[in-house]
Amino acid sequence: MTPTHDVVMVGGGGAGLRAAIAIAETNPRLTIAVVSKVYPMRSHTVSAEGGAAGVIAPDDSLDEHAYDTISGGDWLCDQDAVEAFVKEAPQELLRLEHWGCPWSRQIDGRIAVRPFGGMKKQRTWFAADKTGFHMLHTLFQTSLKFTSVVRYDEWFVTRLLVGDGRVQGVVAFDLKSGKIEAITARAVILCTGGLGRVFPFTTNASIKSGDGMALAFRAGAPLKDMEFVQYHPTGLPFTGILITEAARAEGGYLINKDGYRYLQDYNLGKPHPEPVLRSMELGPRDRLSQAFMKEMEKGRTIETPYGHVVHLDLRHLGARKIDAKIPFVRELCMKYQNLDPVKDLIPVRPVVHYMMGGVHTDINGATPLPGLYAAGEAACVSINGANRLGSNSLPELLVFGARAGRAAAEYASRGLEIDSRIFAQKTDEHRRIEHDLLNKQGGERLADLRDEMQKTMEASAGIYRNGESLIQGVEKMRRLQERFAHLAIEDHSKTFNTERVAALELGFMLDVAEAMLSAAARREESRGAHQRTDFPMRDDQRFLAHSLAYRTSEGSTRIEYLPVMITRWPPAERVYGEAAAHAGSHHLAGSAVSS
Amino acid sequence: MRDRITLQVARYRPEQESEITFDEHEVPCPKDWVVLDGLNHIKDRIDGTLSYRWSCRMGICGSCGMTVNGEPKLTCATFLADYAPGPLRVEPLRNFPVIRDLIVDIGDFMRKLVRVKPWIVRQVEKPLSEGEYLQTPEELDEYKHYSMCINCMLCYSACPIYGLDSKFIGPAAIALAQRYNFDNRDHGAAERMDVLSEHEGIWGCTFVGECTKVCPKHVDPAGAIQRYKLTAAMESMKSFFLPRGA
Repeated sequence: MTPTHDVVMVGGGGAGLRAAIAIAETNPRLTIAVVSKVYPMRSHTVSAEGGAAGVIAPDDSLDEHAYDTISGGDWLCDQDAVEAFVKEAPQELLRLEHWGCPWSRQIDGRIAVRPFGGMKKQRTWFAADKTGFHMLHTLFQTSLKFTSVVRYDEWFVTRLLVGDGRVQGVVAFDLKSGKIEAITARAVILCTGGLGRVFPFTTNASIKSGDGMALAFRAGAPLKDMEFVQYHPTGLPFTGILITEAARAEGGYLINKDGYRYLQDYNLGKPHPEPVLRSMELGPRDRLSQAFMKEMEKGRTIETPYGHVVHLDLRHLGARKIDAKIPFVRELCMKYQNLDPVKDLIPVRPVVHYMMGGVHTDINGATPLPGLYAAGEAACVSINGANRLGSNSLPELLVFGARAGRAAAEYASRGLEIDSRIFAQKTDEHRRIEHDLLNKQGGERLADLRDEMQKTMEASAGIYRNGESLIQGVEKMRRLQERFAHLAIEDHSKTFNTERVAALELGFMLDVAEAMLSAAARREESRGAHQRTDFPMRDDQRFLAHSLAYRTSEGSTRIEYLPVMITRWPPAERVYGEAAAHAGSHHLAGSAVSS
Repeated sequence: MRDRITLQVARYRPEQESEITFDEHEVPCPKDWVVLDGLNHIKDRIDGTLSYRWSCRMGICGSCGMTVNGEPKLTCATFLADYAPGPLRVEPLRNFPVIRDLIVDIGDFMRKLVRVKPWIVRQVEKPLSEGEYLQTPEELDEYKHYSMCINCMLCYSACPIYGLDSKFIGPAAIALAQRYNFDNRDHGAAERMDVLSEHEGIWGCTFVGECTKVCPKHVDPAGAIQRYKLTAAMESMKSFFLPRGA
């Protein structure tokens, strides 16, 4: 008997769980399924460290959060979405407080906020430096009280069921038994997170292979703004473990091999002993990662076996502050780098961290494909534009997880019937996985193809790109897709076959990687995280627009453009440092400041 | 210094074998490689059929717990070089049914977790418009360490009581119940009481605290259990003198 539900979440991280709870609260009669390839509390939301932005301080305003987000995104954000986001973010964070999230507090018991990169006011809520961990466990534990939520833990989704022009469920297999099932649904929400694993050096967990993006892309839904890849400026070499931006927000310095705070040479303000908002180490991530590359060209970085690094200096903060505000930073440095930030410098380098792009959705998480929704990093609404600000992704998954949940609940309540013809797709998929994939006897080793894909992405679509390298990257990716057809699969077991999972993930990544390269090749300008050496300027005439990547029937990628939604903040120059004190103020003066 | 180390890795493929066997592989052993890097090297370069769970590689997702030379460990946080010159034995976590190779079945814990109601219980909810429930840093400290549990299952693997009788609700589930019991925003302690005291296991738990010793996040489940015993003893005295109303 085919399992059937009103709404299926693919992915059980922050967005998926928030969506599930929203559906349960909107309509208790709906049956909800969370299908996740890992137990939900293992999801990558768990790794988010620094915090979640939401206006709460008396000197702050929604308009200032919106302006920081829009300018930080280099004017590629949809401003109607940003306005909804900043308004709902504090309510969502507060709701999590009511559900028990252990937010860090002020002495009097009220919520504490901290500064963060690219934010002009203190508005980042935090739970020490394990914010994502606490949010995820709070959401997961709270979700357990809703009996209408059924979980498929350790089930891997391989395709969407599409019939009659709408999504009607998924095909998935149970890792434990290997059993392949069609799980039908009136609506599906993709909450699978990002795909850092297409790059060799990333903060992302091994599970971050862009599954939801690939599922949507293959089903005909477009991927938006895939050329925008965020490098976080401070990853530990070798492991790629993230040292949170909170380390700089609490006063850490970035220094080159001469001990010099080099960011002052890159239009990011002047150095002060104390952290200054929207300045120096608290500039946005794209600009800091780009400054590292320039510094390396000048020969002022430090060479190590794992590439060039600079140093993050926290020593002047002292053990007491480090232990109180960023204890996980100290724990990670001691456990994985064998150094103590209280007395040692931390080697860091830019590391792939976040995809601004994702499945194209509207402000309610709906994709152009009826019945299909997306939220969180897997989706692109877009509030992040060309560069996401630190601490906006956690509130994003709450705000748009909830919105997608409510919209999908409304859609599912219409009671559209499942079209029995879709079961032929399950039979096809069964054949593809059991027969074609498990019995592959080619000569290509999975790890080799994955390594080549990752190297190609770094070489072609790194912090700085150019047309030639991107076109070569697209061609290379097509050759890798051809070689993928000749994959060698050693494991023919049905019981917890992780090699089968890895092969399916690689197939997903190769498809999305090609879309990323194609979108990057077409965008002949530099904006935010997308820096073209052959087109160094922003070009609002041609590219104040989102890219939409469609998969064509021949399997290649077609790029279209969609204008950016501008409401109250016309495109302007992005400025940080002292100049940032004046930027944007004339926009704020005329509009009501609300909180 | 040796630059390679031998891993003896437990294998169990239910379609092929009726019991656990061991494969031996030599892997590189640079000073910054952890046990998980060694397993990934085997899977990527030597034997693609080896199965194990892992995800974040930074000690926070709780996926990669295994038994390393007899002790429960997060393999992402256990350096190979600490076991030089080897060999090093990697087995699945103890006290759980093995699904395959290094993967154990944690379904029992997942069902127990729901039973302790690990969510905020309150009779009356205030609307969001009235803001946050106040909680001073001192009140936060009352339960904060219990909230750090990553559900990695090392404590169940180390627990002598759970090893003898899997009906025992176990260290992490009790710590998580206490995480809410000691949260000043929660009023659910009475509802959780019955589940925690229904099995004698909790009284068999000694001060040895194997669970606390192996916990990678300093949750101190043993402390949570001892605090629970104190509360339960007080409650049982009260109920002796003041029988429950009908």
